[in-house]
Amino acid sequence: MAILAALELRGLTRRYGERLALADVTLSLPAGQTLAVLGPNGAGKTTLLRLLATLLRPHGGEVHVLGHALPAEGWAVRGRIGLLGHEPLLYRELSARENLRLHAALHGLTGEERAQELLGAVAMERRADEPLRTLSRGMVQRVAVCRALLHDPELLLLDEPRANLDPAATELVEPLIGRASGRTRVIVSHDPAGVLAEADLVLGLVRGRVAMLAAAGELDGASLAELYR
Amino acid sequence: MSDAAPRHPAPRARAVLLALLRKELRVELRSFEAVPAMSLFSVTTFVLFHFALQRNALSGDLASGVLWVTLLFAAMLGINRLFVADAEQGGFDGFLLSPADRSVLLYSKALTLLAYLLVLELVAVPAFALLLLGPGLWPALPSLLAVLALGDLGVVVIGTLVGALAVRTSVRDLLGPMISLPLLVPVLLCAARATSPVLGAAGVGALPLRWLLTLALYDLVFALITFAVFDFLLED
Amino acid sequence: MYGKRLRPLALTTFAALTLTLVLAFFWAPDDANQGFLQKIFYLHVPLAIVTLCGFVYAGLAAIAHLRTRDSRWDMRSYVAIHLSLVFGVGVLISGSIWAKGSWGVWWDWSEPTLVSFLLIMLLYATYQPLRFAIEDPERQARYASVFAITAGAFVPINFVIVRLSTAYLHPRVLGDISANLPGRFQVVFYLSLISMALLWITLWRYEMTSKHAGAQLRALRRALAGDEDESMPRRSAVPTLNVGSGAGGTRAGGDSVGAAR
Repeated sequence: MAILAALELRGLTRRYGERLALADVTLSLPAGQTLAVLGPNGAGKTTLLRLLATLLRPHGGEVHVLGHALPAEGWAVRGRIGLLGHEPLLYRELSARENLRLHAALHGLTGEERAQELLGAVAMERRADEPLRTLSRGMVQRVAVCRALLHDPELLLLDEPRANLDPAATELVEPLIGRASGRTRVIVSHDPAGVLAEADLVLGLVRGRVAMLAAAGELDGASLAELYR
Repeated sequence: MSDAAPRHPAPRARAVLLALLRKELRVELRSFEAVPAMSLFSVTTFVLFHFALQRNALSGDLASGVLWVTLLFAAMLGINRLFVADAEQGGFDGFLLSPADRSVLLYSKALTLLAYLLVLELVAVPAFALLLLGPGLWPALPSLLAVLALGDLGVVVIGTLVGALAVRTSVRDLLGPMISLPLLVPVLLCAARATSPVLGAAGVGALPLRWLLTLALYDLVFALITFAVFDFLLED
Repeated sequence: MYGKRLRPLALTTFAALTLTLVLAFFWAPDDANQGFLQKIFYLHVPLAIVTLCGFVYAGLAAIAHLRTRDSRWDMRSYVAIHLSLVFGVGVLISGSIWAKGSWGVWWDWSEPTLVSFLLIMLLYATYQPLRFAIEDPERQARYASVFAITAGAFVPINFVIVRLSTAYLHPRVLGDISANLPGRFQVVFYLSLISMALLWITLWRYEMTSKHAGAQLRALRRALAGDEDESMPRRSAVPTLNVGSGAGGTRAGGDSVGAAR
């Protein structure tokens, strides 16, 4: 059976020792749409994101990302996923440009145009050659956005992407990682109301289990508040 | 925008290796975390040995032992620092998210540790000759270099493996030496025995090939093991 | 799963050990040179052989663990190392006593078995701290397996190298004696070897059974507690066995306990 959705999860399970970090998660996300993952701390949201990024293996169930089964076909999707999490995944001693050059090499990309274009889009051109440790947290986050998008991924995995960004930077970054970018997205957020506006599908996790799975249009603030109680 | 995204070809290993090595070099040159400490430590240790052994000049077994123990302990410092930047700044994740071949990280780290050791020896060996070695260094140098090469390989192979093993634990600075030193005893044993006749008081003796051969075999076996298990250490 | 045949196994072991002791003390002749003290040899060498085999087995179990990702192999490896560490202490102590009795020193660098063992014990003593220093259970198991494989390879290699290094000193080798034993000595030696092996295996099975039962008990508790189970697990170096169910339903108490063994 051909898997057409960008994300197809069936009974996904991941253990942490004798407990379950994720239990029996099942959902399907068509390409180009946005999945919002909500839930209290420790619910397994980050675990899910890392699993989709191929950084963790599933312990049970099936995971299909961009049509490929994980973990067996992880190689086929690694270059097509972008992860933007709490950590920028950048070396502090290197400059923005040097970091992007390294990531380009890791992904088999050549040429500096793409990096230049992205740095320009987030207004980091002027300071692209200074070591990251001299830059503010917000600026580093902007460079992290460039890193995540450098290889033009089809699937974006975002863990509270707007944390550490000031409003001006958020505006700059929006067309790149927002709904308008046209990419399939999974967003983990602690701002349920805000994320409703840009999500198509909402997944609520509580202690690793699916507490809610519905189209964004069917939900309102009250049902979301339930999740966090 | 992304439907027409071109499928990037898998990255070539050499390009990735060079990029990683460039990164290692730059990070080390800008932060000076490993090499200066290793070199300084070795010189200080020689001074300690002078006072502890109460000798001005060493030769033969004693010289060989002091040199190798010092190099080994200095190497511990390097092994401890080898993966720290990656562990703390998300280097593992960044690498694992890319389609690059996992083994390339192993090669880049092994070569980096080798580079650390070579620079260390550039400082430590002349310092040793100056401070503690009785017989002259020059005549012994070719043989000594041969032993150093094989010994370095052993330290690199085991150090890279143990460095990766220890870095993401809560007591990384303690576990690194604790695990690697027993594993390095055979390296030390063979290297010291090979070096003793070379630093003999009565002149440079013959290089005992048996110990070099044993050392080479040990290096080979553990290189194979490291290669086989390294990937398992990289996963989250 | 591991509890079957424990009792007959334990009884056999007890019988074998008793027989060995009886024969060693009353049947085997006293050694011409060393007299009564030589009998320690029946303890020391078999203990050493069994311990080394235990460490190598742990390495093999670790390979199986990395290939299958089945936590039972990790537990087998853990218990094997655990047990061999204890036996190893016995090797060092018995070897030391023999050295003291035979040559008047508690430690002798020219005795390759003792020296190799010291190194091996120093290495394996880091296994538990390594495990304890990693909180994520899956990573802990994986890293422990990498260690067990490396250390398992180290065991035979280190033996050979240490032997090489002591070959040029006076080799006062306890171990080599076993090759040249006349009749009765040999019988008792091999009997002792079998007894020690049985002892190791019995203890290993006991510990596996205990750990397995504990894991099943905890799974039951969790299933009963359902969604209210908020207890945080204590940090532990012990492997976790995944018994009972995988994912239950999404409702409270949905975890089924799985086939009880």
